[in-house]
Amino acid sequence: MKKLAIIATKGTLDWAYPPFILASTAAALGYEVQIFFTFYGLQLLRKELNLKVSSLGNPAMPMPMPVPVLMQALPGMESFMTMMMKKTMKAKGVAELGELRSLCQEAEVKFIACQMTVDLFEFDTKDFIGDIEYGGAATFFEFAGESDICLYI
Amino acid sequence: MGNFDQEFDASGLNCPLPILRTKKALAGLEAGKVLHVIATDPGSVKDFDSFAKQTGNELLESTEEGGKYHFLIKKAG
Repeated sequence: MKKLAIIATKGTLDWAYPPFILASTAAALGYEVQIFFTFYGLQLLRKELNLKVSSLGNPAMPMPMPVPVLMQALPGMESFMTMMMKKTMKAKGVAELGELRSLCQEAEVKFIACQMTVDLFEFDTKDFIGDIEYGGAATFFEFAGESDICLYI
Repeated sequence: MGNFDQEFDASGLNCPLPILRTKKALAGLEAGKVLHVIATDPGSVKDFDSFAKQTGNELLESTEEGGKYHFLIKKAG
C-alpha cells in the first residue's frame, strides 16, 4: 500500500483545503495517509471550524471588485472576504471543509496534532475533534520516513 | 451508453467530491457490477480515468452529452 504524509501548517480557510482534499482523495485511491498538524494548522482540528481568509498580503486573491490595500485592512473586511469566499465555494459545488475532514476520518486518514504547538499556544484539546493522536517530530518521521509522497502545506 | 446496475448523480459537485462519493457508491456494489456516474465538473474526465487506473476498477465508458459527463465504472473483482 502506498503512503502519503502531509504536514499542515496553515490555518486560513483557503489553505485548509489542500491537506484535506489531497488526503481524502489519496485515501480513496487506496493510500494510507497521515496528516501532521502543526502551528496554525492545528486550527483545522477544532470542533468548530471558524477559519477565515484575508486578502491582506495576498495580492493574488481574485476579488469581485478592486479594493485598495488600505481599505482591505478596515474592520469587518476579513469577515466580508470570508463570507464572499464561502458563497463562491458553495455556488461552485466545492465541499464544505467540515465535510472533507469527516470524509478523511471515515477513510481512516490518521490525524496527528503537534504536542509542542498545543502547549505553545495553550490550546485546550477539548476544543479539538476526537480520534487525534498527539505527538512530536519523531512521531511524524516514523510514518513519513516510509512514505511514497511527503507534502509540506 | 451500456448497461449499468446503479446510478450516482454527481452533478454540481466539484473536485474531489465526485471521486470520493463514487468510491463510496462502489463500496456498496458487488464485484463486477457497473456504476453509472453523471458529473458536471470538466476535471472529472481526467480524474475518473486516473481513478480507474489506480484502483483497478474498470472505466468502461467515458462520454459527454449536453454538458454532462457520463462514466460507466465496473467494480474490480
